[in-house]
Amino acid sequence: MEFIASVPEFDRQVGGVSADVSSPPPIRRLPLEGPTPATQVAPPATSTTGHGATASGGFTAAKRSIAAPQFSIRRMEIDDVSVSYATREAVKSVSIPVRQGEVLSLIGPSGCGKTTLLRSLNRLTELTRTATLSGRILLDDVDIRLIEPTLLRRRVTMVFQQPNPFPMSVFDNIAYVLREQGSRRQRKKALEPKVHSALERAGLFEEVKDNLDHPALRLSGGQQQRLCIARALAAEPEVLLLDEPCSALDPQSTQVIEDLIVKLRDDVAVVIVTHNLQQAYRIADHVAFMYLGELVEYSSATALFNSPREQRTREYVSGAFG
Amino acid sequence: MGAPVATPPESRPPTVAPPKQPTEAVEGSATWQLSDRIGLAICWALGLLFCAIAVAIVVYLLIQGLTYLKPSMLVTPATAGFSQSQTGGFSDALIGTLIVGTMGIAIALPVGVGIAIWLVEYGRPAGLARITELTIEAIAGIPSIVLALFGTVIFSSTALGFLSRTTEGIVFGRSFFAAATMLSLVALPLVVASTREGLNAIPQHVREASYAVGKTRIATVRRILLPTARPQVATGAMLGLGRIIGDTAIIVVLLGATQNFAPVGSTFPLNYLRGAGTTLTNFVYEASPTGNLNQPQKAYAAAFVLLLMVLALNAAVDVVHRRARKVGTWSS
Repeated sequence: MEFIASVPEFDRQVGGVSADVSSPPPIRRLPLEGPTPATQVAPPATSTTGHGATASGGFTAAKRSIAAPQFSIRRMEIDDVSVSYATREAVKSVSIPVRQGEVLSLIGPSGCGKTTLLRSLNRLTELTRTATLSGRILLDDVDIRLIEPTLLRRRVTMVFQQPNPFPMSVFDNIAYVLREQGSRRQRKKALEPKVHSALERAGLFEEVKDNLDHPALRLSGGQQQRLCIARALAAEPEVLLLDEPCSALDPQSTQVIEDLIVKLRDDVAVVIVTHNLQQAYRIADHVAFMYLGELVEYSSATALFNSPREQRTREYVSGAFG
Repeated sequence: MGAPVATPPESRPPTVAPPKQPTEAVEGSATWQLSDRIGLAICWALGLLFCAIAVAIVVYLLIQGLTYLKPSMLVTPATAGFSQSQTGGFSDALIGTLIVGTMGIAIALPVGVGIAIWLVEYGRPAGLARITELTIEAIAGIPSIVLALFGTVIFSSTALGFLSRTTEGIVFGRSFFAAATMLSLVALPLVVASTREGLNAIPQHVREASYAVGKTRIATVRRILLPTARPQVATGAMLGLGRIIGDTAIIVVLLGATQNFAPVGSTFPLNYLRGAGTTLTNFVYEASPTGNLNQPQKAYAAAFVLLLMVLALNAAVDVVHRRARKVGTWSS
């Protein structure tokens, strides 16, 4: 549905083939049966992307991460992971690498297990009593089940769908993460540099530097969400998990956060769950498409959107279902 | 797919003399069913009735209180005498109310908040949690006179003799300790209920946000959840305090229906707490036309003071909530 809501995105083209009046409309509904739908139109030659000259997806939205990642280090390894809630299997033997220097995007229709998979990466699924996990998740080659959860969750932090700053000042929101568990020790002065740097990394410092004592819940939605990102970054994580971080935000805040995510990928491995296919296309380097708990396709963003290997992926990215 | 797009309609025909619009369109009850209209009327009437009752009580006591209350009554203890001018005031009762309120809530608040946290944030094993819930509800339903009776059994036992007067091995069982302990049970359900309500109102994702940066459950409770639920905790404490200072049965049975402090021993302040005493409610009860003292004017004066205390508590709850609103809350 997001697909249709942001049609103008398609009119903007990158590279030489822009503003081609004869280029086909990017939105097509593919019939669910039959490999070659009748409405299929030849896609434009997207020579700029280097991918899919014969692509059938026709994703031509501007990519935010223009340059390919400079380097990528494998940080996490999801190895044959299945997660069940009581008897219902939410994630079925999924294997994906998570690399620093890249943005990995998990896409798929509602209830396909993306969020569950994301939450299992820092053992947040364990808070659900009925959830059981099988398979292995490695963080720097160590099984995360061997890492104490509170330590793991400082190395793999998470940002949620709803902006959820704590009901305290902007400063204290970050300081809370930096302090030992429940302690109030470490005075404000000592924490100041770290708090400022976290806010700067989240691109929020300039906006709030005069109001660090104001209640965080009085910030705008987009600022709140960036504060949550700053909070997640304050723990100096190796992996940053984002669960639909922009779904409650307006387009402008979304853009700011997308820029931020692309900027962050060199320092932390970023995994983002999103319902918004354009967003996945704009910011992700690799995309994993999940459907009914299974990993259908995992490949680079341009490849997955422009020349999906699987029929189900093609139908999903073209808006046939979702 | 492929359906012809509906063309926008042609420009509308010019409208002829628009019908006269009312200045403001509001939804009225004129179109409602008769039964709904009667229901609404009853609700209105009952609302007004309760306002009228509250105003009547306050105004009546205000007039009576202002007529009979003299500042000297607040600092003079009751004494024996033949006329109302000779019997002094009710300073012991006033101080007794303050002592009982402080002690009672000092017990009920930490215990109640602890129980609420355990029920909401841990709640395991589930069976025990359910039983605890039922117990709290049961305590809330027990009349305070029954609690008082039960208290006499407990505090008259020799093991707890150090909490009250003991004469030749017989434990009197009436003291501020005994009364405040049983009164804390009166306040406990209110504290638990209100704290639980506050904790339950915090969205789950806020807790997870704290866990997701490596905080433990208990650190989250201390630094995030309890501060967030503070207005509700305060409400519970205020309501509980109101119930404590308003209770009469436990005071009469467990504090001893004297009109003055009866200290035991000589260690201040334990001597007062171990001894019998009185509170404003007890004073009002005794001073009312049907009581032993029969000095209704002082009963009105004391009742007026009691009412002021309860109204002050209500106002305090309001202030706490208004202050909490300034911090803001999560968009849902």
